[in-house]
Amino acid sequence: MSTSAVVMMVVAMLVLWGGLALAILNVARTTREEPDEVHRDL
Amino acid sequence: MTSPAQAQPHGAPQEEQARGAFSSRRVFILAAIGSAVGLGNIWRFPYVAYENGGGAFLIPYLVALLVAGLPFLLLDYGIGHRYRGSAPLSFRRMGGATAETLGWWQVGICAVIAIYYAVIIAWAVRYTFFSIDKTWGADPDAFFFGDFLEMASPGIGLDFVGGVLWPLILVWAAVLVIVVAGVEKGIGAVSVVFIPLLVVAFLALVIRSLFLPGAAEGLDALFTPNWDALTDAGVWAAAFGQIFFSLSVGFGIMITYASYVGRRTDMTGSGLVVGLANSSFELLAGIGVFAALGFMAQANGVAVDEVATSGIGLAFVAFPAIISEAPAGAFIGVLFFGSLVVAGLTSLVSVIEVVISAVRDKLDLSRAAASLAVGVPAAAVSVLLFATTTGLPILDTADHFINRFGILLVAVVAMLAVSWVYRDLDHLRDHLNATGSLPLGTWWLVLVGVVTPAALTYVLVDELRAVLDEPYGGYPDWLVNGIGWGAAGGVLVLAVVLARMPWKRTVDLSAPSKEASR
Repeated sequence: MSTSAVVMMVVAMLVLWGGLALAILNVARTTREEPDEVHRDL
Repeated sequence: MTSPAQAQPHGAPQEEQARGAFSSRRVFILAAIGSAVGLGNIWRFPYVAYENGGGAFLIPYLVALLVAGLPFLLLDYGIGHRYRGSAPLSFRRMGGATAETLGWWQVGICAVIAIYYAVIIAWAVRYTFFSIDKTWGADPDAFFFGDFLEMASPGIGLDFVGGVLWPLILVWAAVLVIVVAGVEKGIGAVSVVFIPLLVVAFLALVIRSLFLPGAAEGLDALFTPNWDALTDAGVWAAAFGQIFFSLSVGFGIMITYASYVGRRTDMTGSGLVVGLANSSFELLAGIGVFAALGFMAQANGVAVDEVATSGIGLAFVAFPAIISEAPAGAFIGVLFFGSLVVAGLTSLVSVIEVVISAVRDKLDLSRAAASLAVGVPAAAVSVLLFATTTGLPILDTADHFINRFGILLVAVVAMLAVSWVYRDLDHLRDHLNATGSLPLGTWWLVLVGVVTPAALTYVLVDELRAVLDEPYGGYPDWLVNGIGWGAAGGVLVLAVVLARMPWKRTVDLSAPSKEASR
């Protein structure tokens, strides 16, 4: 692989996969989850 | 129905309690990822990226994700979560009977998509098994179109193909079982099990592909940046188109799913996870697909550009060739087609749920009744049209037109209507901000009200010009006009009619109070 291709692949991985990791951390950190409820679906 | 003993702790009306709900944010996020990650992530993204600047495509792609994809996703979430209904009910509660038409338009589009999408999953089911002994032999192309599909010239006939008919019935049976089981026990449970499984299976496929000889050449072709592409408007249109089609935004799915989410759930933070998960999977698919294409190019002594392709040709012609030639090909085949089945099935369920949810709301039916009332006729039409020797051209035409002049058009119209006619963006922003971890500012109003509709209108006009220049796919006029334009126009006419039909009197058409909707 050429250097420019490797660089773009690594940048894409960092931005998208890194971004996903940060987004997951963000929702895990917030404690706005609802208490358990009885959900009916009839 | 809900008994008084199970009264909602947040004071929600019984009606909402009875609609069903995801039990937690995690289940909702996995279901939304299951919907967004579909066939397009696997067979469309890699080639679109390769064709439109390779590594340089990353820039328009990220711009499109940030300025159009994510803001639009949050708009859908806002509508469903605020108005707590299927697409027609949510729009009705936002803007009355005329707005309801937008919801039914989306429902009609979903019905059309479900009918043809199912048969592709049926093919993938068969190919998962074909992979084991490479049933396609030396000529996968002739096998797919000839031996497998028994394809006849374009027409509408009733010559059934047994090898497609049975798996198609099986796919619809699975879909019906899932939707009858309900939001949490059906859609939620399937997503919780199959989405992690899909990621693991696809990761195994990617790792196997990366060790094939020639994989590096494939990745080189995918990622080498062509910076000149950035000055080409067509490349930017491709990026917006890819993000838009891949995220499942704008045609009711995310409105429907968001209406099943708890009132205090962080919707903006969840949207960020869903949007980035969808793109993350696309990148993974790009790496896996191009590593495999690199192997095929090297094995045949040709350049990667001679084997690079997308869609049905990639999955059912190129991949079988790769599976035949690669060491441990059966392993690659089972993972690849198995992934297509799982990714497709979770998306199909979300598409048909839009229709079920709408019928259920309008007629105040039970889940089982609505699921069967929608699922059985949809399965019947699907089998009649697509399990036959004449199915493929109809599928190809319907898909092309309903994507562009259905999904894309309703998305632009709905965005403009919500922003400028019903002037609801401010309220939706306040609603999302009340429980969201990602604060939406004025920038969101500008992106959703102006930038995204403008970008998507450009893509739409571009597509319109292309299809007017020459008949799509070189198909006969009756097919393009009857099936293509017919499907796109038919769903709009149907929407106008359905929006004028009365609601069951037990359905509350007023918007939930702001307090109760939080």
